Amino acid sequence: MNAKEIVVISGKGGSGKTSLSASFAYLEAKNAIIADCDVDAANMHILLGADFEKQEDFMSGEVAVISEDLCTNCGDCYNVCRFDAITKMDDFHKVDPIACEGCWYCSRVCGHGAIEMLTQKAGDVFVSNIKNNGKMVHAKLGFAAENSGKLVSQVKMKAKELAQNLQKEFIVVDGSPGIGCPVISSLSGAMVAVLVTEATVSGLHDLKRVQQLVKTFHIRSCCIINKADLNTERANEIEEFCKKENIEVIAKLPYDITFTKAMSEAKPIVEFDEKSEVSNLIKESWEKIKELARK
Amino acid sequence: MTITIASGKGGTGKTTLSSNLASYLASQGKNIVLADLDVEEPNSSLFLKLDKVETKIANKMVPHWEKENCTLCGKCVDVCAFNAIAKIFDEILVYPQLCHSCYACSELCPTDSLPMRPERIGEITHYKTKNFDFVEGRIDLGQEMSVPLIAQTIDYVNENFSDSLKLFDAPPGTSCPVIEATKESDFVILITESTPFGYNDLVLAVETMRVLNKKIGVVINRYGIGDNQVEEYCKKENIPIIAKIQNDKEIAKTYAKGELLYEKIPHFKNSLDDIVKFIGEIK
Repeated sequence: MNAKEIVVISGKGGSGKTSLSASFAYLEAKNAIIADCDVDAANMHILLGADFEKQEDFMSGEVAVISEDLCTNCGDCYNVCRFDAITKMDDFHKVDPIACEGCWYCSRVCGHGAIEMLTQKAGDVFVSNIKNNGKMVHAKLGFAAENSGKLVSQVKMKAKELAQNLQKEFIVVDGSPGIGCPVISSLSGAMVAVLVTEATVSGLHDLKRVQQLVKTFHIRSCCIINKADLNTERANEIEEFCKKENIEVIAKLPYDITFTKAMSEAKPIVEFDEKSEVSNLIKESWEKIKELARK
Repeated sequence: MTITIASGKGGTGKTTLSSNLASYLASQGKNIVLADLDVEEPNSSLFLKLDKVETKIANKMVPHWEKENCTLCGKCVDVCAFNAIAKIFDEILVYPQLCHSCYACSELCPTDSLPMRPERIGEITHYKTKNFDFVEGRIDLGQEMSVPLIAQTIDYVNENFSDSLKLFDAPPGTSCPVIEATKESDFVILITESTPFGYNDLVLAVETMRVLNKKIGVVINRYGIGDNQVEEYCKKENIPIIAKIQNDKEIAKTYAKGELLYEKIPHFKNSLDDIVKFIGEIK
């Protein structure tokens, strides 16, 4: 049987997504593979004590390279490039690898065979052992590299493979922020989406946008309102929105310094202060999420 | 001059800082335009009282198949590096969301059967606030690529506000959207918080900015929580710390309501003064 994928997402950054997903990961480590798909700002490994046991290169995207010897300075490549990636030098043309989109157009029109397309290393994928005898897949995107959506897919593929081999029931995914390609990759194939938001104007605004996206995937979703006591009015608006959208609000968490304190000690909240009220709320939420996934 | 406010980690206060800084500088008589380039989740507008001036549809160029002269040779499929074109039986299908607008298929087609046409990806809206201009890029739901919209939003700002001090509110992260948002900036303010996440993501953001050869400075938000890793790192790497904004639940509460902070919270105003002074000295 395929493992059930549970993706924790939030439109807005800083709403507690990673703190919560790391807690879920810690609680379910034995029975799940953990995947950090927030590859732009991967942080979950810090809380889960990842050991970076295995590393693989993430190869993605191609970049044009012009041979100085073969280039006749004809300018054909310069004329077709839509990304301002080619500069004319005195004796030859040169490619700016950051601006290059990897479309191959220049290489196809070059009549002198002077342009080669080289695949780039765009990051690293890691498989780590984590606290509570679990395993996680995480990644590091290369500096100024592109294709984070593809890297997300690769992390998820690896997690699925591990879950299959090790017969795990769940894959817990820390999703990416926003509504663009990395999130779309995070959500595809998921069973349950956990929408984490906060009781602020931005929290509500971003939740609405991200829910629009989640809807198109036809997956079950539930919502956790973090920092719910920051502004009761906003929290109520979020609850109303969820009701209208038929999303169960499974927890309302207080604005709690424990989030930061636990983070500073590199621990998930449920490990840092196991008996606290927030920890209990998180544990209850996780049970509800599992129930939703097993339905 | 263009100053971009960016951060590796989301939720560190980019939007709070950029909207307050724009308003504060404008209140001192400076000519300011603020652009929200976090086109996936544009939030600056939630904190500003705005009057709309105009909305422009943002498009990207995508090939459209015209079957009359097409010989179904399949060259377009072969040249597309992004799998955005497929030949299925006797039809050519274009997947606009995968298209990077490189024009290769269109211009290399022997029968000119794939003319490029604009296709909507989002909107660019120009607003006025009491004392400064505000431009927002907002991508349509389901669109995967934000870079073209970020580029067009920047073009709009450059064309219309060449004399203003330009403040850009960047998207979070370190990948393509951030690079697009910062690549033409004269200075990048990285806002972070003094937690392990904040530190980890700051290091990534700094490395990215160095690849792009950008001048940078750091603002530490929620100062006083967490640890001092961020400060030590900045010291070691010789990165100026422009301001430290004290951790304060009042800030979170005022933010939650959607109000500007500097009018209500004196220590926040002091931090803005530090930033304004620093900006004044950027050459």
